[in-house]
Amino acid sequence: MTDSRPIHSVVLVKQVPDTHNISGEVMTKDGTMNRGALPAIFNPEDLNALEMALEIKDRFGGTVTVITMGPPKAANILRESLFRGADKVILLTDRKFAGADTLATSYVLQCAVQKVGNFDLVLCGRQAIDGDTAQVGPQTAEKLGIPQITYAETVIDIAGGKITAERALDSGSEIVRCTLPCLLTVVNTANSPRPASVRRQMERKLAAVPSEYAAIRAQWPEFETDEALDAYLVKHDLKIPVWSAEDIGTAEGSIGLAGSPTQVHKVNFVVLESTESKTISPTPEAIAAMVAELVHEYIVG
Amino acid sequence: MNTSSGRREMSEQKQIWVFIEHTDDLIADVSLELTGKARELADQLGYEVVGLLCGYNVDALAQDVIAHGADRVLLADDPELALYRTLTYARVAITEAKKRKPEIFLIGGTPNGRDFAPRVASALRCGLTADCTELQVGDYFVKKEEKTYENLLFQIRPAFGGNLIATIVNPHTRPQMATVREGVMRKPALDAARKGVVEKIAPAFEPGDLALEVLSRQIRKSTVKLKDAPVIVAGGAGVDGAEEFALLRDLANLLGGEVGASRAAVDAGYVEKAHQVGQTGTTVRPRLYIAAGISGAIQHRAGMDQSSKIIAINTDPNAPMFQIAHYRIVGDVGEVLPMIIKTLRERSMDQRDAE
Repeated sequence: MTDSRPIHSVVLVKQVPDTHNISGEVMTKDGTMNRGALPAIFNPEDLNALEMALEIKDRFGGTVTVITMGPPKAANILRESLFRGADKVILLTDRKFAGADTLATSYVLQCAVQKVGNFDLVLCGRQAIDGDTAQVGPQTAEKLGIPQITYAETVIDIAGGKITAERALDSGSEIVRCTLPCLLTVVNTANSPRPASVRRQMERKLAAVPSEYAAIRAQWPEFETDEALDAYLVKHDLKIPVWSAEDIGTAEGSIGLAGSPTQVHKVNFVVLESTESKTISPTPEAIAAMVAELVHEYIVG
Repeated sequence: MNTSSGRREMSEQKQIWVFIEHTDDLIADVSLELTGKARELADQLGYEVVGLLCGYNVDALAQDVIAHGADRVLLADDPELALYRTLTYARVAITEAKKRKPEIFLIGGTPNGRDFAPRVASALRCGLTADCTELQVGDYFVKKEEKTYENLLFQIRPAFGGNLIATIVNPHTRPQMATVREGVMRKPALDAARKGVVEKIAPAFEPGDLALEVLSRQIRKSTVKLKDAPVIVAGGAGVDGAEEFALLRDLANLLGGEVGASRAAVDAGYVEKAHQVGQTGTTVRPRLYIAAGISGAIQHRAGMDQSSKIIAINTDPNAPMFQIAHYRIVGDVGEVLPMIIKTLRERSMDQRDAE
């Protein structure tokens, strides 16, 4: 028997361009990328982090709060989080956050998590597919002054103020025990994220941030004014809180571009050096000739 | 001595640090590769190369770091450092970096390195660039300040979506931190006679640093030897299913090579992550690289474009891989690979007949 108590989790998620599904249409003629053509999705490993938090809640009780920093349209992944089982979601949005590198981002997340307060676990995906840096998790843990368990795959137990978890490493695995509160970064082999619940979807489809009110009212004309819609959403706990830099008390100079020690010096389009090359027809004869050539050059054989 | 900048007063010579990882009394290749790169940069800049070696009973490894190009090894030898743990290792690095103010700090892009580097960078409030594919030194002009920063570390990596190469700099903060994956830099030749200083440091942990215990650790030796394979047959999204992917194995076996993969093939579950070639996988330079159904995103090309000969097979004639390939085959992987396999089998039979 374990001395289990409710566990309060905060999950940090990100909306990302779907870089894994880059198709021909996304690339323009001059080799640049048409960002608008990429769909914005829930960062895949953040879904694994949300699932891990929901499983912890199923097992031990407690709450799951989901936070994202991003533009207003990132409210989409917050709604998705609500549909899947999150209790509360928060959007961090402010023009001042723009241009943040991982350090400035982790500082904003630290301030937001501290404002939420009373947490046992902070969870996030190992990395986001648009940068693959895997830095924001550990940096946020450091800023919060709590330990980190990166590459978490399985939560074995939570008892006596400690979590026991298995980490997936490239070359094996590790079982660690760590005091709470701590931060977990979650890998994609951890679980299969549950789908949105139809019931929750019905109940919460109107969940929105104020910048979405016009669009909602266009669809639901019974809300004659923004105020009427706002009052309805507040009453039914569907208004998604939006926190600005001021709301979470960030220090000027530590956020956005100004708070980012890394600067982009230059960006080069990739110029492919054309190699001396041969086109080989996909016929047995042409292939045999190519193999003969490779043997002749001692590349194979 | 330069007294205009307070943070530089302490160090007599500016330093480039390398985080030295090790398992079972063996230093990780990536740490030695980075020691070699640090040596190159240090020679250019007149800096000192310093290896940061944490562990327990690891004094014997220090000379190996020196033999690969370090001038100095900071050796933290303590029972609490016996196994890698984020907070104990980071404590040593943070304390010493605050004291010694390195200019540059290079870390291998391994699971532990990628756990350690951001923790340290956050505590030092400095910039960190992940998975660099190239490191150079250069000057950087900041228009807003009308000031040129000299001798910055240019941290070069593919950026967003992959058809851009970004050069990242940290003009205002130190150290300039970067992670680099194994195989990206070349391992320097060993010079056993090289002399250097081993400086022992006594770590002082804070109670919170011991918040995490490692209960067990299972390390399996990887059987995938991608980095040194003379031939790599790699598959990507254009390979139609696991059955077709098995053709790559057949061909690799025939050629005495290894199977490689793009991220798409790993994500599809055809092979384990250990086979992944590219910026976030392994960087390879085989004699022959066969790219089967790999379109050739920069992240992948960054890990294989130095192969001596490249054969690209793809149904899409506009696949970027064709632009760096020596042999372009516009066709279906499922049809072309069997032709190559058949040709090779016939050749080896002919050879046997001739003998």
